[in-house]
Amino acid sequence: MSVLALAPIGAPTSALSVLWLIPALPLAGAAINLLAGKRLGRLAGSLATALVASAFILSIVVVRDLVAVDAGSRLYVRHLFEWIHVGAFSVGADLRLDTLSAVMILVVTGIGSLIHLYAIGYMHGDPRYGRFFAYLNLFVFFMLLLVLGQNLLLLYVGWEGVGLCSYLLIGFWFDKTENANAAKKAFVTTRIGDTAMLIGLALLVVRFGTLDFTAIFGSAGGTLTKGAATTIALLLFAGAVGKSAQVPLHVWLPDAMAGPTPVSALIHAATMVTAGVYLVLRMHVIFESSGVALTVVAITGLVTMLFAGTCAFGQDDIKRVLAYSTVSQLGYMFMAAGMRAYSIALFMLVAHAFYKALMFLGAGSVMHGMHEETDMKRMGGLIRRMPVSGITFIIGALALSGIFPLSGFFAKDQILEVANSTGRPWMYVLGTAGALLSALYMGRLVFLTFFGRPRSEQAERARESSPVMTVPLVVLAIGAAVAGLLDTSTNGLISRLVEPVLGAVPEGAAGIAKPVLVAISLTAAVVGLFVTWVVYASGTIDWLALRVRMQPAQRVLEHGWYVDNYYSALLVTPGKAVAAWSAYVFDTRVLDGVVDGIGAAIRALARSGRRVQTGLVRTYALAFLAGAICLLVYAGFRL
Amino acid sequence: MSTPVAYFLLLSSILFAIGTIGVLVRKNALIIFMSVELQLNAVNLSLVAFSRMHNSLDGQVLAFFSMVVAAAEVVVGLAIIVSVYRRIRSVNVDDAEALRG
Repeated sequence: MSVLALAPIGAPTSALSVLWLIPALPLAGAAINLLAGKRLGRLAGSLATALVASAFILSIVVVRDLVAVDAGSRLYVRHLFEWIHVGAFSVGADLRLDTLSAVMILVVTGIGSLIHLYAIGYMHGDPRYGRFFAYLNLFVFFMLLLVLGQNLLLLYVGWEGVGLCSYLLIGFWFDKTENANAAKKAFVTTRIGDTAMLIGLALLVVRFGTLDFTAIFGSAGGTLTKGAATTIALLLFAGAVGKSAQVPLHVWLPDAMAGPTPVSALIHAATMVTAGVYLVLRMHVIFESSGVALTVVAITGLVTMLFAGTCAFGQDDIKRVLAYSTVSQLGYMFMAAGMRAYSIALFMLVAHAFYKALMFLGAGSVMHGMHEETDMKRMGGLIRRMPVSGITFIIGALALSGIFPLSGFFAKDQILEVANSTGRPWMYVLGTAGALLSALYMGRLVFLTFFGRPRSEQAERARESSPVMTVPLVVLAIGAAVAGLLDTSTNGLISRLVEPVLGAVPEGAAGIAKPVLVAISLTAAVVGLFVTWVVYASGTIDWLALRVRMQPAQRVLEHGWYVDNYYSALLVTPGKAVAAWSAYVFDTRVLDGVVDGIGAAIRALARSGRRVQTGLVRTYALAFLAGAICLLVYAGFRL
Repeated sequence: MSTPVAYFLLLSSILFAIGTIGVLVRKNALIIFMSVELQLNAVNLSLVAFSRMHNSLDGQVLAFFSMVVAAAEVVVGLAIIVSVYRRIRSVNVDDAEALRG
């Protein structure tokens, strides 16, 4: 286990010692905007953006210092203060910077500051402008805490914190009931996973007596039985399933699109939903001690990837396509993690953060130009009206579909390569099917939105968004295009960087030769895009008529295989019935009955007891005498 | 030879019984009060008798003590009776029944 070799860097060099400032800056921004956001007016957004951007610059400086030392000692742990101390169990507020968290903080602050910048334009004129940026900054703080925490409890604080911010931001326009409901659904659904995760943490405390990463990694191999490791790993994974919207807890993410688009880009595509992947990567030692848990992770990822891919193909709402696509891509990451290709999962996370944030922001720009229209059936031909949004979006879509040499190609190709060498051919075949699916839904999205004839008045009159929104698009598009260079092979930059923390990608059995693999996945992507071009943009096929003919299938996909309906029939409706029964029957009859009964009994007792009090002095005197006589008789017998 | 202690005790018992019956059967607060005094003095008598029997002053001291307390009690008791009378215009204890449950 290479993790053991890591020892904290001895002398805290200048830049590393200000690590705490990275989460502190967004927290300060949140506090200022929460308290004085109204008074700051237009400044609120600039302030929030500037703070996150400075956190990004600081991250670069800190990470540069981290990688300056040799690979074996790239770990910096900073003890801020003692947080909890109960008996032998203690939790410190400690920050941990290793290469894994370094990559994460760069993604969070880097993508985060671009999205903040974009939000200045997107949220312009919103009555609760300052509040929005306060929440966004608070989110960045919690996300940084999540990835920088040196123990699982700190990670859990960040975990719940980002969940809270997600709730607040999905329901940001809470005056619409469906937004408030979507926020509630997201919160409750992820809570299911979080509860399991908390139980997992408790088991870890029982087993190790600590939640400190260094201590757990140091002794995990020896002290854990296989069964215990499996239990803990699966409980932690349940948390990841909830947070990263994997089957069967994926239902909240498509609805979460009710939030403002920058929120969807930052929280529900680039960062928060990847926290589950981060958790699996961080705790991979436990998952590996179990073995079975890794298979569960891989298969959950695979199933989610295929399932969400089909759903994405059936959506008409541009943001819901992207939401299901995110679920599907997260499935890829878990698939990679489940095959022990941790560094590839991380690389996919980074690449995905670029192109998915880009596409969400692009979709937001399109919605802005279309007067908040999200239905792709009413779009079309937008590339002429909105060239910057269109071209950057297409770059993102091509990257996601896996077109060479954009970032998605390298990520997806490496995952498929590993799948090919696992000795489970069906995993490779299904993974390639997923790649084809992603090309199909991306092609459909792009051709429906940007090509063909404009299908509504808004589409004809759409206007390009302001530079404050398009500049982040361009930057992200460049990122999405070239991020592939970060890890062109399993021996690439990111893989080498995180190898001391996550280990090397295992060499598997030799499968199909690599050039053939590349050819197959490229063919899948091109075929997918070509088919959608023929159907939706070539003009040779009347896709609206086709859609009517295929309506039953289209309906099933649009409703996400009716999973929501099953849940509501199997869980929500019975749950509500139980709640109603306990509120109106059990509570009123049984609980209130017991309480009222006790009261009534005491009153009856009191009513008979008060007869003793006659109010007649002579009765009292008689009782007095009787008592005295009793005492005398008693005393007489004692003698 | 002096009178045997038993006579004093007998007188004391009779006085105490009369006092007790007085407290229990009379309705007039003042009479009840007098009966209480009778009981107290019956006890004082027995205390003094025992004191003589044991040739010790303890009983007499206690009798003095109880006289002082009785005097104080009379002061308070009469004051209460007066204020009760002012309120309900009666010294009949059966009329003071505000505490009936």
